[in-house]
Amino acid sequence: MACPPVSQLSSFELLGLGECGWGDTLLLGLGNSILIALGAYALGFGIGVAGAFGKLYGGPVTKDLAAVYTTLVRAVPELVLILILYYAVPGLVNEVLVAMGRETIVLPQFLTGVVVLAFVQGAYQTEVLRGAILAVPHGQIEAARAMGMSPFLVARRIIFPLMTANAVPGLGNLWLNATKDTALLAVIGFAELTKATYQASATTKAFFTFYPAAMALYLVISLVSIYGFGRIEKWARRGQRDVRG
Amino acid sequence: MEGFWKPHRVVMAAVGLGLVALAVIYGRWDWLANPKYQLLLVKGIWLSIWLTVVTMAVGMVLAIPIGLAQAVGPWYLAAPARVFCTVIRGTPLLMQIWLLYYGLGSLFPGTWVQKSELWPILRQAWPYAVVALSLSVAGYEGEVMRGAFKSVPHGQLEAGKAMGIPRFTLFRRIWLPQALQRVLPTIGGETVLQLKSTPLLSTITIMETYAVAGRIRQDTFIIYEPLLLLALIYMCLTGLIVLLFRWFEAQTPSRTA
Repeated sequence: MACPPVSQLSSFELLGLGECGWGDTLLLGLGNSILIALGAYALGFGIGVAGAFGKLYGGPVTKDLAAVYTTLVRAVPELVLILILYYAVPGLVNEVLVAMGRETIVLPQFLTGVVVLAFVQGAYQTEVLRGAILAVPHGQIEAARAMGMSPFLVARRIIFPLMTANAVPGLGNLWLNATKDTALLAVIGFAELTKATYQASATTKAFFTFYPAAMALYLVISLVSIYGFGRIEKWARRGQRDVRG
Repeated sequence: MEGFWKPHRVVMAAVGLGLVALAVIYGRWDWLANPKYQLLLVKGIWLSIWLTVVTMAVGMVLAIPIGLAQAVGPWYLAAPARVFCTVIRGTPLLMQIWLLYYGLGSLFPGTWVQKSELWPILRQAWPYAVVALSLSVAGYEGEVMRGAFKSVPHGQLEAGKAMGIPRFTLFRRIWLPQALQRVLPTIGGETVLQLKSTPLLSTITIMETYAVAGRIRQDTFIIYEPLLLLALIYMCLTGLIVLLFRWFEAQTPSRTA
């Protein structure tokens, strides 16, 4: 099917699915953005938990290493970190593979993007989780220790349930950051929503069709997330006294 | 500094210095001696600082009415202010920059703007950069200022009113200073974030520090070294901002311990 010239298409046709529209390109980009954000956020949460416990309960070397990690990551622009890691991570992986006597591989862009963003997310999540753990009343942890709980059990039964309510607002903000940071991967050429929007609008010159549409998509993610995290916080604070009185 | 140099820290510092020494010895740094790149770097760093300062200042000026409208304004002012903040905070900055530069920029050629006196300015990239970053600051800080205005104790304003201070003077002398003092640490953090968003402008041909490093990498085919220098420069600038705001905070008298 031959498409009419771009200038004859309406905004709805441009945004539509199928051959003449760019709707599927945008939706594919949106899917990529969400997948990367989810992956980076989950991996970053792992790093954050490890970092927070390391910072609070680790030995002197662990504490200092965690401090260096969070300070460095938070002082350097995400774009610079993404670029450094984007070249460094595949290089390192391949060097390890060569040292093990295997052949070098080309890392999928998707995986690299997730790892890079998770590295950044991890630093911020470390700080949020550390603050949340510190806000857990110390007596609770002491009591658990006095009952003879192992450190792992204390973390699972006492610290995690009590810190959740404190951590949810900060973690919610970081999730919003994660969804917006996926846009940075457009700069290294990854086909997520911002890059897809750029391509669609650069080809058709319909800037004021595609950018508002993509912004609406980001906004929907944000608003749904804000609502979702609000619900989670309400759930995490169940049984707590309302301090507003 | 007493108690900082524990044995493990001495070892870690030595390892850190060793890594730096390795990078200096084995890396390729000859391009740093090239006066062309030196000049580009100095200009780029200056541009990064200039953009951070100017957009923070313009954005804060916009943020004050936006925050005020949300805190105490009537609904027809509060609603648009809230929508503006939500849109700015809910969409990626990169997309806002591209919408302004490619979108708005594409509207002007062929219209009266092209023949007007403004065209030599509007055909460059920096006006769009300044507008995009300032609006971003206005959106984020508008939300911060909303909380700040609300957090000033009501008794302060009532006392001012009782003293017969006119409304604008009350705002200028009592409400705004106390609100700003409360959010000074937050604004310090936001300034660091603002510095860290300036590299996004390299995508619309602004030659700030990040773009200069990219140019050097393209010219010399050196991959890592310019990026490492870039990270170092941004760390120094971040440190500078943190110190500056610590000094600001020390200037304002505060009785809260």
